[in-house]
Amino acid sequence: MDYNLLSLLIWLPILGGVVVILVGNSRPETARWLSIAISIIVFVLSIDLLSGYDSSTHSMQFVEQFSWITQFDINYHIGVDGISLPLIILTTFSTILVIVAGWEVITRRVAHYMAAFLIMEGLIIGVFSSLDAILFYAFWEASLIPMLLIIGIWGGDNRVYAAIKFFLYTFLGSVFMLISLIYMYNKGGSFSILAMHEMDLSLVEQSWIFWAFFMAFAVKVPMFPVHTWLPDAHVQAPTGGSVILAAIMLKMGGYGFFRFSLPITPDASLEFSEVVIILSLIAIVYIGFVALVQRDMKKLIAYSSISHMGFVTLGVFALFLAYKPGATEGALLGLEGAMVQMISHGFISAAMFLVVGVLYDRLHSREIATYGGVINSMPKFTGFAVLFAMANAGLPATSGFVGEFMVILGAIQANIWYAVLASLTLILGAAYTLWMVKRVFWGPITNDAVKELNDINGREFAILAILALAVLIVGMYPQPVIEVMHASIENLLQQGLNSKL
Amino acid sequence: MENIYLTIALSPLFGAIIAGFFGAILGRKATHTIAIAGVLISTVLSLYVFDVHVLENGEIFNQNIYTWMQIGGLNVSVGFLIDGLTSVMLVVVSFVSLMVHIYTIGYMDDDDGYTKFFSYISLFTFAMFMLVMSNNFMQLFFGWEAVGLVSYLLIGFWHHKESAVEANLKAFIVNRVGDFGFLLGIALVLMYFDSLDYTEVFSSLDVINGVNIFDGVSVITTICILLFIGAMGKSAQVPLHVWLPGSMEGPTPISALIHAATMVTAGIFMVSRMSPMFELSDVALTVVMIIGAITALFMGLLGIVQNDIKRVVAYSTLSQLGYMTVALGVSAYSVAIFHLMTHAFFKALLFLAAGSVIVAMHHEQDIRNMGGLYKKMPITYVTSLIGTLALIGFPGFAGFYSKDMIIEAVHHSSLPYADLVYYAVVVGVFITAFYSLRMFFIVFHGKSRVDQHTKDHLKESAPSITFPLIALAIPSVVIGYIAIEPMLFAGWLDNAITVSSGHQSMTELSHRFHGAASMIFHALQTVPFWMMVGGIVAAWVFSIYKTAWADAIKTRFHRTYYVLDSLYGFDRLNEIVFVNGVKKLGNLLWKISDMGLIDSMLVNGSAKVVRFIGSVVRPIQTGYVYHYAFLMIFSLLIILTWVLFSGDNPLLYIDF
Repeated sequence: MDYNLLSLLIWLPILGGVVVILVGNSRPETARWLSIAISIIVFVLSIDLLSGYDSSTHSMQFVEQFSWITQFDINYHIGVDGISLPLIILTTFSTILVIVAGWEVITRRVAHYMAAFLIMEGLIIGVFSSLDAILFYAFWEASLIPMLLIIGIWGGDNRVYAAIKFFLYTFLGSVFMLISLIYMYNKGGSFSILAMHEMDLSLVEQSWIFWAFFMAFAVKVPMFPVHTWLPDAHVQAPTGGSVILAAIMLKMGGYGFFRFSLPITPDASLEFSEVVIILSLIAIVYIGFVALVQRDMKKLIAYSSISHMGFVTLGVFALFLAYKPGATEGALLGLEGAMVQMISHGFISAAMFLVVGVLYDRLHSREIATYGGVINSMPKFTGFAVLFAMANAGLPATSGFVGEFMVILGAIQANIWYAVLASLTLILGAAYTLWMVKRVFWGPITNDAVKELNDINGREFAILAILALAVLIVGMYPQPVIEVMHASIENLLQQGLNSKL
Repeated sequence: MENIYLTIALSPLFGAIIAGFFGAILGRKATHTIAIAGVLISTVLSLYVFDVHVLENGEIFNQNIYTWMQIGGLNVSVGFLIDGLTSVMLVVVSFVSLMVHIYTIGYMDDDDGYTKFFSYISLFTFAMFMLVMSNNFMQLFFGWEAVGLVSYLLIGFWHHKESAVEANLKAFIVNRVGDFGFLLGIALVLMYFDSLDYTEVFSSLDVINGVNIFDGVSVITTICILLFIGAMGKSAQVPLHVWLPGSMEGPTPISALIHAATMVTAGIFMVSRMSPMFELSDVALTVVMIIGAITALFMGLLGIVQNDIKRVVAYSTLSQLGYMTVALGVSAYSVAIFHLMTHAFFKALLFLAAGSVIVAMHHEQDIRNMGGLYKKMPITYVTSLIGTLALIGFPGFAGFYSKDMIIEAVHHSSLPYADLVYYAVVVGVFITAFYSLRMFFIVFHGKSRVDQHTKDHLKESAPSITFPLIALAIPSVVIGYIAIEPMLFAGWLDNAITVSSGHQSMTELSHRFHGAASMIFHALQTVPFWMMVGGIVAAWVFSIYKTAWADAIKTRFHRTYYVLDSLYGFDRLNEIVFVNGVKKLGNLLWKISDMGLIDSMLVNGSAKVVRFIGSVVRPIQTGYVYHYAFLMIFSLLIILTWVLFSGDNPLLYIDF
């Protein structure tokens, strides 16, 4: 490695964002082109990261380490493994999409808008690549700020309530994480995450740390019952904000379980796995019912996100019961299924929010009842929408199927009833998604406004087509994705199974 | 050979992609030429594959194409398994699909979605091929859901019709209820056999010998019943049959292809494919048989009271699927596949003939507004008659052989309740003949009730419509006679189907079989034959001879009629319990738990608590220095007092 690729991935978008701010809102066209250029460069760099990644080992790669705050032994220590790498690619990919999606739609404070997304991109890549707990925490909290601004400035009518709710909810959770990080520093004398993985902790210590982490991550995922900020945040956020929120920010919670909870507190994770699983199943089933009765499309998709993210936590925590000595497949199916589900949800939720965005840009309504018979005026768009709806309902050959399939195959090995409840998503997911499709896209044209709708333009077509390809490719050939993460996940499984007691 | 299998599967996909994305540019003629060419290639190659794998050597081809997922020792691949069963299915699917493709040229002529329709039916053909050629459970599930997707799109093809888009939603969700069981079955297969590959699973069935999953319920029974729940969805068995009549909202060609000949038989195919597993559980087989019998009998009854030409055929399809399921239950898998094949031909024929009538009648579907059509539509009339005779099992016609074999197989079954099921399937013959001929007479004979305008334009359909009718009429007559012996008794399907020695139906059948010709002569001495004759006579009496009697009976038995007319109340039950119940539950959870309990009380509640504390504390912040000074001095006083008068106080140890 000749250059510090990972650092470049973090700081290029952040500095680029600053430059975009300097360009200023008075020159929107420059701001747009500069932003798209930066985001594409970052994406290409992230592909370079992927091609340079050796998937045969679980050890951290592209590692960089400099001393940052020497008194407390806090380091600028970053690196990637098979768990963080796919999420980084997802981040760079989604950022391009939101910048293109906001191209014509955002007319107010364009430079600030674009800059917020670029800065957020860098910060989130920082989250996924930090190997120092304080660095991680700094990125983790910092990434809240651009999102807070995006909702608070470019959001809907009730944006301030939603923004504050979002901020307080997630901030409250993270504080507990900080406390447990400091506790471990006091005990082990290091903020290195990898050192924390090795640290001996009693069950009591682990339990406290586990729940502190849980507060932070469960809010982000979000898990039942700390999920109520998400529908509000989504409804108020502009389309781009919703896309990043759903596609990436929620994954930070899932990532936390992979990176912190399992390896640092394996015994507590085992101890409380059933609680987490029950909460996950509530998310899948209960939220499925709630999604069914939503009248606002964004709320419906937000609830659907919660339900789908339930598969992530289910897949992770089913490993203890699914594991049988000598046969790791059950546990691996759950863990890798959870990872695939995160990536797939990144594509599908992004696509679903973009679909709603396309409609919202035209009629300024998210109410399902406003629409009806959209296919008549927007046939191309309807084609995409139905494809993504099917992916959301977990149709095979789309990415939505792969993760859920794997998690269900894993969960049944833990307990057959877990799988029974999780499989209800087959019915519920299809019901709430396709019922919405029926009311919005099919049927006779309900009003003149729908009749006048223009079909998607080239820009919108391109975004949706790229996402459609991503959804289909991962659905038809998930093996490359699984291969990248496999070694790291196998190592994680061992960490989770090795008792620290 | 691998390339041939790939070509069979992919050429319709290619056609679908071209038709779907470039149909508008290419125009109608080029589009349908490409789509038909794709399916034609598959048909020719399927015949070749049939020749190689069935007629010549009977070898099995089983190979993976690419690895879909590799986790530890678990490999899930996309691959092909070609044996006798697959070969038969390939021929049936490709041939019917080809006929439907050709038929579509005429039928969809005046439709704006012409090229889109071709894209969908080609895509369907691809998905169906992937389903029947699969060598593992994952790909089976892919094909299973993919045909469901195309079915969804095609039922709602005329998306401006509210009834069509309601029907397709219902179809998808009811199928998903079946898939719920199916997926759990697949998950259990993986759990116990550590593989999703058919051959690996079937060769390690011993490992679950005697293993129970719950108290008194064996693993194999659970797996089989769960898989069968999937089949109940796709093959529309009671109580998951409710979607099929609604699917008639789609254009008629797909009713023939998807909702009669191929997709709905996927469940039958799947259970046959899994015969090594089902054979191990008599409980599961009994369930299969009973569900099949209920469907065969009670759905047939509904056919009698229907007046929509397509719905009569749809209920007939339900009933015939019930027959196939009964055959599966009594371990006569090859008979089920035999009936699947004959049914595919004659039912596709009946649907396409119904479509021909519908086109001629300017999209009128109510048979009460028809009558006497035989003079104007001779080809449709004759082919319909052939289809009807095949359906009711008139001796010599295709359906005669397959249905008779099913009834005989039930007769020799030793499963519990097989005797009851026997009566059900025998009575079913009367019912089948009754509703089939009733419709036939009302549509083609009797007084014309066609309105004058339609009557003036009434004529035989275009060649692209009548050609498939003729092409399907031929196998509807002869395929039973030709195929019965090799298929059931000479081993066409032997390399795919396992029957345990404890299940004697097939052995008994082969003892009693003395050739296809002798069955015809023997027919006169059998109960089913006279049941059929009775059905024909009854149909003639009520629809031609004394139509008033039908009304009289309707009035006399109005309660029975009400039950039949309301379709046994399944729809109403679903509406009340599932649709409305689920909506109520969703609203309850959302409003009370999500918004009420969590959001209002906990989230905003804690905000209110903070605000309350704030409001209490706020008056203290007066901004006057002397207030603060007073407070400080007062506090100091209290602290000092406490420090001085308490004995062992930590504050004393603070090093100032």
